[in-house]
Amino acid sequence: MKFFEHFGNYTLFLLGLFKRPERFKVFAKQTLIEMSSIGVGSFGIVSLISVFTGAVATIQIGVQLVSGLVPDYMLGTFVRDSNIYEFSPTITCLVLAGKVGSSIASEMGTMKVTEQIDALEIMGINSANYLVLPKILAGVLTIPLLVVYSMVLSIIGGALSGVLGDIISVDAYVRGLRTDFIPFSVGFALIKATTFAFLITSISAYHGYRTEGGALEVGRSSTMAVVYSAVAVIIFDYLLSDILLSA
Amino acid sequence: MIQLKNIRKSFNGKVVLDDISASFYPGKANFVIGASGSGKSVMMKCMVGLIDVDQGEIFYGSDDFVHKSYEERKLIRKEIGMLFQGTALFDSLSVEDNIAFPLRMFTKMTPEEVLDRVNFCLQRVNLPNVNKLYPSNLSGGMKKRVGIARAIALNPKYLFCDEPNSGLDPLTSRLIDELIKEITIEYNITTVINTHDMKSLFDMGDNIIYIYQGKKDWEGEKSLIRSSGNSRLLEFMKASEF
Repeated sequence: MKFFEHFGNYTLFLLGLFKRPERFKVFAKQTLIEMSSIGVGSFGIVSLISVFTGAVATIQIGVQLVSGLVPDYMLGTFVRDSNIYEFSPTITCLVLAGKVGSSIASEMGTMKVTEQIDALEIMGINSANYLVLPKILAGVLTIPLLVVYSMVLSIIGGALSGVLGDIISVDAYVRGLRTDFIPFSVGFALIKATTFAFLITSISAYHGYRTEGGALEVGRSSTMAVVYSAVAVIIFDYLLSDILLSA
Repeated sequence: MIQLKNIRKSFNGKVVLDDISASFYPGKANFVIGASGSGKSVMMKCMVGLIDVDQGEIFYGSDDFVHKSYEERKLIRKEIGMLFQGTALFDSLSVEDNIAFPLRMFTKMTPEEVLDRVNFCLQRVNLPNVNKLYPSNLSGGMKKRVGIARAIALNPKYLFCDEPNSGLDPLTSRLIDELIKEITIEYNITTVINTHDMKSLFDMGDNIIYIYQGKKDWEGEKSLIRSSGNSRLLEFMKASEF
């Protein structure tokens, strides 16, 4: 029952967002600030995760390719595909659900309990439109770029661990990367990243915006935002894979 | 002038405002007093449209605020300034940007004109040279002054102050009171003040409304309070040790 109540409120919240901004110049400036916060602010963590995800993928796949029936260069192909299809979009977005989601929810929640959102409303500003829409737009524009960056780094990380661990040569790895490449795999990853970006930013903003009370409730909203965003990412990961890859 | 006509509001079946009618006059400090939980904050939120009333009318001049659309209400809201209990300054913006915010959103002023207006408002609240500071760098009294400066930036016709003295020392409280009173008279603003501070009420109050358990229990000039014969109001005043 609670789920349907939240779903209904979330839908109404989204409907209230998509209005013409009060001042386009102010809206554009807000969006750029948010892009910097989400994009540049997440560069470090995405880099770290991507390199290690690629490295671990190479080691684990390498361990399983010992039969000799599969050519060793296929290791590069498997690392590439596992990272492009799944690890880069999904793991990056799960991490961003924690980092960006909690940041958005706590910022919105604090603004709510300190009456800053009320101050906007009294001025005649659609607070959801002014505060949330730039965050969603910034997320949808920035997170797919972070995912592409993650793809590149994870493949480099895979190469590093393969070469340093004497699992595969650079030539074989590169040959594997170039084997049977399907350009749609990148498109699929970008569709997932865009969807996840929308879910993370909007769900987190929704939880922050609904905060009532004080500091304790802000923390609770932040936790809820991360949990719900992560669950939504996992569910939509399955749905998009089923819809786009099974066809 | 603001007029409330028979407004009612309830939450989950509990009546918080019960058939309240009242008038708030321009150029005067209109005080709303009452115990905690009496409904005065809800009444103020209904007046500025943060909460919708269940029944009744709220007139700003001749405009019925309750029955207007969101877009029509926005026009009235641009004539409203509000000083919040916790000031509600935007943490991420400097003092200058906080005051400039409504000017940039709703006027076509050039950056130079905006800065002039910001400096004028800061001068008016006796707080020069703090433009680049952030709310976290300010004391409670300074925040209240910046809150007033932001509230008057657009030359409002209506000013709402929710517990303007809460959390302030007595001296700063009096300065804030004097400032609100001066601005009210100077710009002929209809000022509505929610407070528990009886000293403030007797120093600057003009029109007083006493709310008791969601109902208007008394309304009149402050000089008439002691002779009102309203035992609940007199008990409230006595408890305030004034």
